[in-house]
Amino acid sequence: METTEKSFQSSGLYGIVAWIGRVAVSLIVPIFTFLVMWRGFIFLRDGNAPKLVMALVAIIWGVGGVAALYVVSNWLVERLGLRWRLLLQPFVFVGPGLAILLWYLFLPSLRTLYYSFFNRTSTKFVGFDNFIFALTDKAMLESFRNNLLWLIVGTSLSVVFGLLIAILADRSKFEKIAKSIIFLPQAISFVGAGVIWRFIYYYKPPGEEQIGLLNAVVTALGGQPVAWLTERPWNTFFLIAIMVWLQTGFALVVLSAALKGVPEELLEAARIDGANEIQIFFKIIIPYIQGTIITVSTTILIATLKIFDIVFVMTNGLYGTEVMASQQYKQMFKYQDFGRGSAVAVILLITVIPVMIYNLRQFREREAF
Amino acid sequence: MSQKRQKLFSSFLVNGSLLILCLIWTIPTIGMLVSSFRPRDRVLSTGWWNVNWSELTLKNYQQVLTGKEIKDPNMPGGVAKGDNMSRAFLNSLTVTIPSTVIPILIAAFAAYGFAWMKFPGRKVFFIMVVAMLVVPLQIALIPILRDYTKINLNGTFLAIWLAHTGFGLPLATYLLFNYISSLPRDILESAFIDGASHFTIFTNLILPLSIPALASFAIFQFMWVWNDLLVALVFIGSRPEVAVLTQRLMDMTGSRGQDWHLLMSGAFVTMMVPLMIFFFLQRYFVRGLLAGSVKG
Amino acid sequence: MSKNHKLWQIITSLAVISLLVAACAQATPAPVTEAPAVEEAPAATEAPAEEAPAEAPAGGMVEVGGVEYSTEYAGTTVTIFGVAADEQARLFQKEFDEFTEKTGIKVEYEGNKDFETLILVRVEGNNAPDIATFAQPGLVADFMRKGNLIDVSTFLTKDFLTSKYSQSLIDLSMVDGKVAGVWHNADVKSLVWYPKKAFEAKGYTIPETWNELIALSDQIVADGGTPWCIGIESAGATGWPGTDWVEDVMLRTTTPENYDKWTKGELKFNSPEVKNAFDTVAAIWFKQGYVYGGVPSILTTGFGDAPKPLFEDPPKCWLHRQASFITNFFPEGAKVGEDVAYFYLPPIDPAYGKPVLGSGSIATMFNDRPEVREVMKFLATGYSMKEEAMAGVAVAPHLDADPSWYPTDAARGFAEIIQNATTFRFDGSDLMPGAVGAGSFWTGIVDWVGAEGTNTEDVLKTIDASWPTE
Repeated sequence: METTEKSFQSSGLYGIVAWIGRVAVSLIVPIFTFLVMWRGFIFLRDGNAPKLVMALVAIIWGVGGVAALYVVSNWLVERLGLRWRLLLQPFVFVGPGLAILLWYLFLPSLRTLYYSFFNRTSTKFVGFDNFIFALTDKAMLESFRNNLLWLIVGTSLSVVFGLLIAILADRSKFEKIAKSIIFLPQAISFVGAGVIWRFIYYYKPPGEEQIGLLNAVVTALGGQPVAWLTERPWNTFFLIAIMVWLQTGFALVVLSAALKGVPEELLEAARIDGANEIQIFFKIIIPYIQGTIITVSTTILIATLKIFDIVFVMTNGLYGTEVMASQQYKQMFKYQDFGRGSAVAVILLITVIPVMIYNLRQFREREAF
Repeated sequence: MSQKRQKLFSSFLVNGSLLILCLIWTIPTIGMLVSSFRPRDRVLSTGWWNVNWSELTLKNYQQVLTGKEIKDPNMPGGVAKGDNMSRAFLNSLTVTIPSTVIPILIAAFAAYGFAWMKFPGRKVFFIMVVAMLVVPLQIALIPILRDYTKINLNGTFLAIWLAHTGFGLPLATYLLFNYISSLPRDILESAFIDGASHFTIFTNLILPLSIPALASFAIFQFMWVWNDLLVALVFIGSRPEVAVLTQRLMDMTGSRGQDWHLLMSGAFVTMMVPLMIFFFLQRYFVRGLLAGSVKG
Repeated sequence: MSKNHKLWQIITSLAVISLLVAACAQATPAPVTEAPAVEEAPAATEAPAEEAPAEAPAGGMVEVGGVEYSTEYAGTTVTIFGVAADEQARLFQKEFDEFTEKTGIKVEYEGNKDFETLILVRVEGNNAPDIATFAQPGLVADFMRKGNLIDVSTFLTKDFLTSKYSQSLIDLSMVDGKVAGVWHNADVKSLVWYPKKAFEAKGYTIPETWNELIALSDQIVADGGTPWCIGIESAGATGWPGTDWVEDVMLRTTTPENYDKWTKGELKFNSPEVKNAFDTVAAIWFKQGYVYGGVPSILTTGFGDAPKPLFEDPPKCWLHRQASFITNFFPEGAKVGEDVAYFYLPPIDPAYGKPVLGSGSIATMFNDRPEVREVMKFLATGYSMKEEAMAGVAVAPHLDADPSWYPTDAARGFAEIIQNATTFRFDGSDLMPGAVGAGSFWTGIVDWVGAEGTNTEDVLKTIDASWPTE
């Protein structure tokens, strides 16, 4: 396969034509999908069938339309003959995904980068002023410190709990119910979670009946009630607890699926060799599912960086609990400062580069590339 | 210790620690469940663990399901009924199902392309996909809305399907690539020797083998879209014809949030669908589906 | 695997079929689809859908609530976007029933609590509503300066406006010499709530001056009670009840002109006037025994939960300063005027009269079309507030609003307070730029309370530093 490709590239004209062909393939599928879906949608929107029927047709329409377009474009490319097929077929596969990413995330990111050098109304070039602000402002410095805590404590606790529960559940008869229970918080919306945790951390003055669980426990043990969410620096940990409660389900589900992939023979063989469960865990299971652990950690790490709902709902970043994502949201949408908001978003992007490089290295080691 | 006793002991240890962890995890939810059956004033005056069984009421659920009671002096009894949830429920389903399936489909194709096909720019494009993971979707709202306004797409379900597809795609591609790229090479090579094309291999071999990964991503994308408020608000708005469940719930808490107690029963009602999906898809996480064929 | 193959085939054929069906069906009805107003008539909306506006004679005039409107624009639709949801949204929509019936202009209201964020996204995304009702004049000024808003004085005459609003309200709606919008409703903020029965049983009297207020507080402490209930927690907006206190005191200790300068950023936070206001507030907030639960309670009590102790027997606190809308949060069945009542927060320096702090919403116009002008004209009349006034949820700021609309003396009283005010000023934090009014002022208050007022100067300097520079 590689030799054919090289011979193509050696001739310049072919290269250009092939390049145009790739771009065309990448764009035609999504644009055509879009047009067909849109047309269909106008038809659906103006129809007056019962709601349920409309909803059903819309769903089949949307999902079926996308599937059909892959089939059709692949069919077309496969007509073209071997040379062109080899050149263009990969773009039938990756093209639509790339085009959508380009539109929805890549171009807006470039725009953000551009705006990060302009003032709050994007009318005047200000150089690095926004970045200087973002790296010196009191609230931002606080965010960096807190984000570090979130990343380290939040991610590791979620993954460790997820792995622990996955392994315990794997050996238990109550696997399904246990997994469902840990997973449950994932299904609750952030607004709902906010209300739930309000009643964990609720503070009432001493002498009152405590309606927050933690303070009820503390006062029952003879202590004074604590205003958990205003108690620096511990309040950040109390917020992280909410994140761990929410995210462990994700780690659990994915890690548990990976555990199922560890071949039974391997474990049996180790047991026969006299290894104990702890040795098996560290010497066989962990290396075996290492790839998945990295994936899960990366995903949670990034989710943690982006999370602002918890902070926003619980403390609004007050009492020293600010994080970068909530600063970004506030600067952009509450304070209408596009320059600063964009600069914080760019810093967020830069922060993750090391994680990304690590991931790509892992891929190469596993010969995925 | 005898073999049997040791087994019994370890099973006790396993189930015991599992029980403790599960208890810790459910306490907050139990609190919410109990509170969702209590009148507003009681919730604020006593802890839920001190619940008085006689005060439990279905009124919160009744309001959430059949329409909130709204003060209206012009109506008999001074009370009017708000909209019920059925329309919002249907809207949520119409938004969520395609917003879950479309990105999975597109991401699976892309993941296969990145993992098993050779083409120039593969690495660069893949790095781009992974880098997009970290882009906060908030920065994309305004540019996308502008484009939508230009092509008159605002307020349609298609607009939000595509938006959720765009925002969910990086994670979907990343997770599925991880999985698909670790499938054993010999399966594919033998299929190629048999003369199968990439498309056939993908549809007949890779997709079925990837069901656990597809199912786990499906759950998370489903829940994310189901519980999303911001994207729905921006791209389809909150008119009653298109408003989704989360928006109805927020509306119910009143203009100044004075009726937040309805949130708790509402949260339980909205939670049911993702949980059902979870129970349904859970059967795909079974041992042996890939045993012996996957390298970690 | 063959099972999956079949599934795949089914999906594909379904998709192809639906493609075909739509392609065929779409060919016929396509031309009809473009007319904007014929959008599906939702079964869920009850009243307005039944109107048949087409019958109104073209070009004629009709009268609604004493003002004439053209019927030329029958069949058009005007969209309004605002923060009011639920009960108030319903009342708001209802206020247009008669207007729609007579003029044929359909009004579609969409309310959402994330209004502040969404309006920015929609305007920047070129998808602005025709009319938006803002509770933050500060935001309105931003949009006006960016050129997004239409100056309403281009079609509403000065005489018309002055016949509907007091001059101070018109002044409040001016941005750089342009009229940014028309006031829709108002709330009074300078109120102190107290448990009426217990208050009278103890023989307490309503204070007329600040000194009397402090004397009353001391009396309550001497009687073994706690005078004040204060709570500034409000999730994403924590701190705002504190800014209201400072603003109320500002109005009572300095000139209205200084107040205006302050909200515009011309008078620094770190100035003697503002500092004095903070100190006056501190004298109540941080005084031992004055506040129920002390400082931790101020920080962590939700503003909606804060008045709850008033209703206990005996009351756990006796005074609560909060706006008129707090009645929404009172325990079910509590009657304003019987169980609980309010008095006007007394003046401090008689030189500044009886100033009133208020808030409200202002209707602004993003798209200039004749039918939108008609709706704006309607919103400038008290008649457009009738339903909300009758339900007692808000006060009409209009001069032509009828006091007999209000259901209770309490609600009528709010309207009177606004009318009797020698000085009416808008909530200052809503006037300031978002970075201060919805940012550093709130967080500053929280930091200040956390340190029990020992860091006033630092807090004021930090707020000054956050004032956005162009």
